[in-house]
This record gives sequence, C-alpha cells and structure tokens, in this order.
Amino acid sequence: MSHETTIQKDPNKPVIPVMEREQLVLNNRSYNWITERICGILENKQPAIWWMLFIPSVLIAIIGVGGGLFYLVSTGVGVWGNNNRAMWGWPIVNFVFWIGIGHAGTLISAILFLTRQNWRTSINRAAEAMTIFAVCCAGIYPMFHVGRLWMVWFLAPIPNANAIWQNFKSPLLWDVFAVSTYFTISLIFWYLGMVPDLATIRDRAKPGLRKLLYGIFSLGWRGGNRQWSHYEVAYLLLAALSTPLVLSVHSIVSFDFATSVVPGWHTTIFPPYFVAGAVFGGFAMVLTIMIPARYIYGLHDMITMKHIENMSKIILLTGTIVGYAYLMELFVAFYSGAKYEGAAFYFRLAGPYWWSYIAMMGCNVIAPQLFWFKFCRENLWVVMGVCMAVNAGMWFERFVIIVTTLPRMWLPGDWKYYNPSWVDIMTYVGTIGMFLTLFLLFLKFLPCINIAEVKWTLPKSDPHFDDKEAIDDQGTEAVAPYQHELQN
Amino acid sequence: MTPKRVYGYLAEFESASALYKAAEKVRDAGHKKWDCYSPYPIHGLDKAMGMKKSILPWLVFCGGSLGFLTAITLAYTTQVVIYPTVVQAKPANIFTTAAFFPIMFELTVLLSGFTTLFGLLALMGLPRLNHPLFESEQFARATDDGFFIAIEARDPRFSSEETKTLLEDAGGSNIELVEEPEA
Repeated sequence: MSHETTIQKDPNKPVIPVMEREQLVLNNRSYNWITERICGILENKQPAIWWMLFIPSVLIAIIGVGGGLFYLVSTGVGVWGNNNRAMWGWPIVNFVFWIGIGHAGTLISAILFLTRQNWRTSINRAAEAMTIFAVCCAGIYPMFHVGRLWMVWFLAPIPNANAIWQNFKSPLLWDVFAVSTYFTISLIFWYLGMVPDLATIRDRAKPGLRKLLYGIFSLGWRGGNRQWSHYEVAYLLLAALSTPLVLSVHSIVSFDFATSVVPGWHTTIFPPYFVAGAVFGGFAMVLTIMIPARYIYGLHDMITMKHIENMSKIILLTGTIVGYAYLMELFVAFYSGAKYEGAAFYFRLAGPYWWSYIAMMGCNVIAPQLFWFKFCRENLWVVMGVCMAVNAGMWFERFVIIVTTLPRMWLPGDWKYYNPSWVDIMTYVGTIGMFLTLFLLFLKFLPCINIAEVKWTLPKSDPHFDDKEAIDDQGTEAVAPYQHELQN
Repeated sequence: MTPKRVYGYLAEFESASALYKAAEKVRDAGHKKWDCYSPYPIHGLDKAMGMKKSILPWLVFCGGSLGFLTAITLAYTTQVVIYPTVVQAKPANIFTTAAFFPIMFELTVLLSGFTTLFGLLALMGLPRLNHPLFESEQFARATDDGFFIAIEARDPRFSSEETKTLLEDAGGSNIELVEEPEA
C-alpha cells in the first residue's frame, strides 16, 4: 500500500516487521463504486442467466413442494414411504440436511464477527440469506410429518382442550424450541444487518412504490452515529447470542438420535460431530451459490480469491474433523466390544446400503483433502467440484445415519430394504427448487453483500487514516489502518 | 407557501478523518443535540462526540433473565405440578431439571434476541417514516459516500451565525440550513 511507505521510521528504534494485511476490497475502489456495484444488481435488469435459473427453480418448487405436500395433506403421511420400520426416512434425512446447510451462515455472521475476521463482510449477507432459506426448507418436514397440518399448533406449549402438556423431557420438543429460536434469531440478525443497506437503496430510488417499500423496511434509518452506536452494540449482542445458539441447534438435533437406545445412534460424539458436519456442509453450499453469483454479477473485487481460499480451508478443517468422527465411531464400535453397536456398523459398511457409506466417505473425507494444495484452492472448477461433492456427501451422511440404522432392528421381519416413495423424492427435489427460488429472489430484491460493512473494511474508513504520519509507531511496520481502532 | 420550521444546520465533510476531527470540535463547543452521519459505523466516533455507552446490554440482560425464568416456570409447572408423567424413565420431580436445560437455554436466547431487536428500535427512535433531514437533497449521500454533521436548532447553544461559523471552521462544506414543512 502506498500509504504505508510514507511513514518516517525513527532510525534509533529497531524495526519490528508486522505482516502486511491483504486488501479485502481490491483495486482501491471508492465508497460510491461499492454502492453502485451492489445496488446495481437489484436496480438493473437481471441478466438472462438469472431467468434461466429462476424459471426452472420456480417450476421445480411448485411441482415438488407444492404438489408433493398437497398430495401428502390430502391423502395422508403414508405417501412418504415411512409406513415401515424406517418410520422417518427421507423426511428426517432432508430435515437434518437442510438445517445443517444453515449453520455456515450463522457461523460466518456470528463467530467470524466475534473473532474479528473482517473478510466475512463480503459473504455474510448471502450466507445468512442461505441460512434463512435452508431453515425454511427444513421446517417443511417436521411441519408436514404430523399429517394434519392444521394441528401443528399442538407442538407449541399452550393450554389445550385435552389438558395435556408437551413432554419437555423429550429431545423432540427441544428440537421445536431449538429450531424455531434459531430461525427467529437468524431472521432478526439478517434483517437488522440489512437495515442500513436498505436505507442506501431507499435513498437511491426515485419516488414511487420502490422507494416506499424500501423506506418502510429501512425503518427510517439515517446513519447517525447515535444510531450506529446502539446498532453496533445490538449487532455484537446478536452475534454473541447466535454463537452458542448455532452450536446448540445441531447438538439438539443430534440429541434426537443420541438420547435414544438405538445402536449406532446412542453415542456421545454426536453433538460435536453433527456441528462440525453442519459447518462443513454449510460452507460448501455458500461457495456453491456464491462462486456463480460472483461471476455473474462481477463481484470479483469484493469476493476475492482470499475469501474463497479461506472458506476452502475451513472446509478442509471441518471435513477432516468429520472424517475423524466417522473413524472414531467405527473404532468405538470395535473397541467397546458392544455387540449390537458392532453389528450396526458392520451393516453400515457391508450391508445393502454400502454404496451410501462409500459415497459419504468419498465425498466428505477424501474430496476435501484436495484443499491441502494451493492450486486446488485457486482453481474455481476444483473448488466448485469439491463443494458439490460435499453437498452430496453431507446428504449421504444423514442417509447413512438414519437409513442404515432404523430399518434393521432385531427381528428379521424388520429387515426390509428401505426405499423412498416417489412423493419423498418429489418433495426433496422441490425443496432444492424452493431454496434456489428464494435465493434468486434475494439476489434480485436485496443487497447480496453487506454494503456498510464492506465500506468499513476500506483502509480510508479509519478515522485516524489522515494522522498516520503523526502517530509514533515505535519503529514497527503498521498493520492495515482499519485494524488500528480495534487494537486500542 | 407552507410555513417552514428550521431543523438545523447540515455540513458535509470530506472523509472519516475530517468528520472525526470536526466532531471533537463540535463536542468541545458544548453542543448536545447533534449527530454525525456516515455510511458505515466509524469506530471511536463515540468518544469524539462525547457519547455514553449504549444501555442496550442491560436491557438484553433483563430480557434474557425473563426468558430463563419463563422456561423454568413453563417446564416445571407443566411437567411436575400440572401433568406429572414418567416418560423415558425421567422422573416427574425436581431432579428432572437437567432435562429442561435445552429449553431454558433456548428461551433465554429467544427473549434476549427479541429484547435486542425491540430495545434497539426504541433506543434509536425508530421506526419512523420521515425525518426533517430527508428534506435535504445532499443528505441522500449519507448512506452512500457522504459524511455529515447536523446540529439541531433545539440545541441550547444553537445560533444561526455561530453554529454556521463553527461548522465552517471545523472544515465543513455545502453548509445548508435544513427546514421542514410545519405540520
């Protein structure tokens, strides 16, 4: 950076070099450029590719989710192929899969915020949007598995005509609380984070419906420091609340399994294993949707290769943790000498579902190991390929856990080969369409990068940027100026 | 012509640094009803403006505690007092508490989150549909790339001459007297 070179070092003091920080926004862009580029996405017409993705997504969502669920409600839950020993097959596989996808969004927005990882600013908005939409897709399964959808309020602990109460000692009720809290807090976090950017769009819009709507949703934000001051505290609080929350949600989802006595499920490794897996799958999904969006909308200066590399490294780390958990499960099954545990795992590896175990291992444990190599992290085709593999692999992980365990209880009559029904498949494919539809609508109507926070990471945003020469630097090389305030 | 009421002076500054230095000058001049506007939060500006820390964490602490108490009451009353049932060998007495921990945690977080949202809106004086500053054309840049200071007319030290001079001395440009239509 040219700015740094103007510092006059005191020749009497030893120079302690401090690593120069990489720029988070490339090519020295101005504030206005950032605003124009991000707001331009939603103010201009969408490129043809947007429509090419949007129309099939909507159709898939309507046919899959709409049609599938309509058929389910009008006929009965039996149409989900669960009227056998598997009881919950695809519904729980898909529920856990989608909930897991959501976790990377909260991780990026909350944990990386608390640890002052400024590179999160370019990707957190889209990742949080992904969280919300993934939880929407997940929510379908518990809601509709009750069959009579209009009775779903029975899940809430409110007095009812039968004078009975929910079982608060059950992990299934914990789940209701965990998932609904997670959704609510994520939504608040996402929305509050967006208010200043909605105000930016409002101020750029011509009078009319658009200005009115963005005006209403930006709540009259003015960007005064008396607002920012409270706002930043609120954002910090929400991050601090979300961090344990994100760890708890998937832990509680794993309790559904772990507190049962079913061999293969009844293990203490489940909570950390599920959380690591969720972060792993979520990051793969962030990359899967952000790399194309970056390319289509020309966001290369804000979502830099550094961002992609950092996320690849997280995928490598969490993928390796997940691989450790898989091996540890096998080891414990062997080492504990528990016969049923051993039998359950033998069935997983060598039973009729061996293909899903191979798919899980190959996609989740072996594929991410490519990220040890820098040239793999830098080649977007490799990154996309690995992320796609991880997305599929994480789905197979849940399939392995549920389907290789439940259909084989201890009576031979239970050993039916579990197959999903066509409604199962249709609904699942439909949720993918629904997820893409929601995400594409998000790209069209809301700022997909956090404008205010990206501006904040520019070196010139530091209020002491102009005083650099005046600061006695004790003979050290300065770190990036925007870090200065944090070090006080 | 509708009568107009003076809201205050609005001045533009070049950069975050300029805004920071100007804020110190306005603070030292003893003004109370004024604010700095920027497209992103400027860290350290609170000190330059002489502002107190936000009381939001205390509100959230109260909200969270309320959530925690709600969870205890809800779980204990329904599971032990009203409808005691032994399920999964978990007893229906005080020793069941461990099974209520997830509920306590979730409700604490939930109510803290709601308090953060509504407490924040209350402290910021939002939502509101309009504000006198929106009358200013240049103020639209406050959410893009503009840095502004506005000193309100209801400030006890406000005077049409001295305030303008103060803003000029602090390095402000495009100084504008913002007026709002009388309601």
